[in-house]
Amino acid sequence: METRYFGKPLKRNEDHRLLTGKALFVDDVTLPGMLHVAFKRSDFAHGRILEIDVQAALERPGVVAVYTAEDLGDYHQPGPLLLPAPPIEGAVFHPRMQVPLAKDKVRHVGEPIAVVVARSRYIAEDAAEEIFVDIEPLDAVVDLEGALDPDTPKIHDDLESNLAAHVVQSKGDFDSVVDKAHRVVRRRFFYDHGIAAAMENRGIVASWDARDQQLEIWDTTQAPIAIRNGLAGMLGLAESQVRVVAPFIGGGFGPKIMMFYPEEVLLPWISMRLGWPVKWIEDRAENFVATTHERAQIHEAALAVDENGKILGVEDTFIHDAGAYNPYGLTVPINSQCTLLGPYDVPNYRSEFTVVYTNKTLVTPYRGAGRQHGVFVMERLLDLAAKELGLDVVEIRRRNFLPPDAFPHDHGLIYQDFSSLVYDSGNYEPALDKAVKLIDFAGFESGSSEIEPHKRRGIGIVCYVEGTGIGPYEGAKVTVEPSGTVSVVTGVGTQGQGHFTSFAQVVGEQIGVDPTKIRVVTGDTRLFHWGAGTFASRGAVVAGNACHAAALDVRKKILKMAGELLEAPEEDLELVDGKAQVKGVPAKAIELGELASLANPMRGAVEPGTEPGLEATTYFGPKHGSTASGVHAMEVEVDLETYDVKILRYVVVHDCGTVINPLILEGQIQGGVAQGIGNAFYEQILYGDDGQLLNGSFMDYLLPTSMDVPNVVGDHVETPSPLNPLGIKGAGEAGAIPVGALFAQAVEHALRDEGLEILEIPLSPNRLFELLHDREGIASTEESGS
Amino acid sequence: MKPPVFDYFAPNTLDEALSLLAEHGDEAKVLAGGQSLVPAMNFRLARPEILIDLGRLSELTGIERLDGGQNVRIGAMTRQRTVERHPLVRKHVPLVHETMPWVAHPQIRNRGTFGGSLAHADPAAELPAVLLALGGRCLAKSRDGERWIDAQDFYTGLFETALEPHELLAAVELPSVGPGEGWAFTEMSRRHGDFALCGVAARLKARDGVVEEASVALLSVGDGPTAAPSVVEILVGQAPSAELVSTAADAVVNDIDPPGDLHATPAYRRHLARTLTRRVLTAAVDRISG
Repeated sequence: METRYFGKPLKRNEDHRLLTGKALFVDDVTLPGMLHVAFKRSDFAHGRILEIDVQAALERPGVVAVYTAEDLGDYHQPGPLLLPAPPIEGAVFHPRMQVPLAKDKVRHVGEPIAVVVARSRYIAEDAAEEIFVDIEPLDAVVDLEGALDPDTPKIHDDLESNLAAHVVQSKGDFDSVVDKAHRVVRRRFFYDHGIAAAMENRGIVASWDARDQQLEIWDTTQAPIAIRNGLAGMLGLAESQVRVVAPFIGGGFGPKIMMFYPEEVLLPWISMRLGWPVKWIEDRAENFVATTHERAQIHEAALAVDENGKILGVEDTFIHDAGAYNPYGLTVPINSQCTLLGPYDVPNYRSEFTVVYTNKTLVTPYRGAGRQHGVFVMERLLDLAAKELGLDVVEIRRRNFLPPDAFPHDHGLIYQDFSSLVYDSGNYEPALDKAVKLIDFAGFESGSSEIEPHKRRGIGIVCYVEGTGIGPYEGAKVTVEPSGTVSVVTGVGTQGQGHFTSFAQVVGEQIGVDPTKIRVVTGDTRLFHWGAGTFASRGAVVAGNACHAAALDVRKKILKMAGELLEAPEEDLELVDGKAQVKGVPAKAIELGELASLANPMRGAVEPGTEPGLEATTYFGPKHGSTASGVHAMEVEVDLETYDVKILRYVVVHDCGTVINPLILEGQIQGGVAQGIGNAFYEQILYGDDGQLLNGSFMDYLLPTSMDVPNVVGDHVETPSPLNPLGIKGAGEAGAIPVGALFAQAVEHALRDEGLEILEIPLSPNRLFELLHDREGIASTEESGS
Repeated sequence: MKPPVFDYFAPNTLDEALSLLAEHGDEAKVLAGGQSLVPAMNFRLARPEILIDLGRLSELTGIERLDGGQNVRIGAMTRQRTVERHPLVRKHVPLVHETMPWVAHPQIRNRGTFGGSLAHADPAAELPAVLLALGGRCLAKSRDGERWIDAQDFYTGLFETALEPHELLAAVELPSVGPGEGWAFTEMSRRHGDFALCGVAARLKARDGVVEEASVALLSVGDGPTAAPSVVEILVGQAPSAELVSTAADAVVNDIDPPGDLHATPAYRRHLARTLTRRVLTAAVDRISG
């Protein structure tokens, strides 16, 4: 069907405001009398709090209040468990949640101990420094594999050990195929994922109006509605007394949906207690220790194949690092477990994971949310099997794809949303073919390009699927205002994804209004208070379809009313340029704004049951998530003298079903690839044995810059999802997921003469040097040089 | 990430600045471009009680040729970006010109000063190594007078120089390039603009097909800029060739004892030192013959 707005590469409505500095972010909120908050955080990873003395801080001029856990009384409660134990037989799960301020014990560096309220942030930080905390240090639990040793100190004293969870999922019988397999490839893999490092750190402004009995909160959250509901409950207020606004957010990527952060619990409480607005803006040093991370998993995995390279089965056992608390449940390791299967037909699978507590910042989902780890293991196993069988990396993947007629495909596993892991639709081979062509595998093999003698080139290609667009539901309200402006309101927060444009395109398509004339509002609970939030690549899928449904309802109202006024049957009408008109007869038309006025009569009588206005509120919830997929390929050049790696070309062929806006999609993919490259070659959170973060600044925690990230050449395959009317699948995480696997494969290929196997991510020039030189004989000559 | 309380002075003249330094030297820190000091203060790693901002002292800026063209003098408060684009520097001290783009990013070079980087004495900074390779000298001024400090005496330890608390770096003098000279700079960093994992500056002078003078200085391999006399010894008196360069470069490991950190082990740094020394010497030799 010919579309007018839907599917077009329209420029983003919000960019003018964003690029000219006129968009509202939390730190832009300034209220009369506003006070500023700073935190005293733990310098120790693990220890008992013996004494806290806040007297000196209280005496500093400009300090209004200092609070510790003792001051909170009954308000001092552990945060909620966001996801309960998964409905998986035999699953062991010992959740322990973070508290607003540490009491008795500290469990990670950066855990808040006390909070200072002062006339300026400068004064608050000076005072926080003057708070005396006597901590008896305990040995820190840092090493994943040692966390369960009997002599390792316990992080949560009431638990038997540092075991947070243990889950086994399987289908078929892996053991039964080991004996008859042609080859079994077995390796140990280490995959570390870093921090989101959003451009905007977290921030909160809370303002209690005692006269109005209203609490207003501006919060950099991806889920304002859940924050409102939770805070109302904690503070003993009606939900309707609390307004949470998530204005523009400078990147979320997952950690901004963790809830409740201690700061999120404390700021509203402080404002109610003091009767003044309070603001806390996280600084970058805090962000490194106080905002959630993703981190390493260690996998021991095996792939059994027949002589043709067909997968007989996979076995995987891994350890996952929860950090000090795990309010987010098992989303990340279950994602790793389920996403490992990829686009492949894996008849037998056994996956077991152990989650351990460590004295580190909490782990919650960050763009990819454990999917990277699973994809890395599977893709590396396939590469290793291909090498043993003398197959090329493209061919072994092609032979194992689920065929187009295999859908819906039920893997018989439980996914992160606790529904069955079912792939709704997919068609993998066309994407592979396109990627092979775009990266020019054939041209690379012919070795036509000339390179310097100390450089080596390699090429790689990897595949993945991504469960996206999970439930439960979102809603949207579409209103045609008498001015002719159309407003679309939805509950999801927005973190830069282009909702102000893509939702406008979805609505504009149905009611014939140019998307630039449609005003989208997201993340203000006073305007819309049903919904879950933006995460798991679900905004476009779930909220997008809710917008679509609401637009269809408004369209019906417009057609009915216009039909009566224009004395024409509804099927003869069309909605174009903000008007309803008889098809092809612009003279017989009525502006939507005028219709909206007429739909809201000020005098006279209406038919009983008439609803005023051209407005509809509609909800959408998918049966389960939809499955996006894709292929990434790249060519790299390794300098064998410096061990630096340069990406020469990068290709993504992606299938996220129907595309709302290809330009926005391109941006999502490009940004995801940038974060993936960071994960693969630049970023790694490093802890000392004492649990101290060793690289908590952007000088040492390296984000890739525009000079390190190539332009992605992209193409699409469109396999619509049958699970929603628009056929959409999520795209938010697609760019980031397979980059580590691809990087390892391509670099390994470049170093094929060295015979190196790369079983870990991230890499770095230093790490490549070590991997190549620590092998027998070479290390000793290196060391003798000094 | 807010600094603790400090007093701030912005003197209008050099004399005023030197008086303030004489009075407060021990508690004071001199603020030049602020590109290192201000972040350190925000992290509360540096906690000066007094800041003396040199931003208004036009006496400390400027680039000129001296001594009949023998030397180029660069005022300490000259912005790095100005040095980078200055025609006198490009023509007469081309090693400095070539090095400037490696120093952080243009935004930082717009604020950062030439003398600030030299006096901050970060072992990973490029300009101290270049100063050492060129054999320049530093003009230190105080209320009591002034003195010249040769490059090899200027750096005394980690973030330490020969400047006394009441002295400030006013200018540096760098020798102009002459006939038969070759030079080069290179470094390896994780990302462009980062502090280098290792870097090398080299300058050679040849006459009658033989290396007459050489100097090589490295960064990020010690407490400060590090000279490489073993390399120089092999080069001087020999006719430059690929073999000579390679042998000389290998000898660089005798002159360094590099530290390990999150981004590079000592072994990797030694390897880089050899590789990068070979690369700069090769480039410098090419320039002599070219």
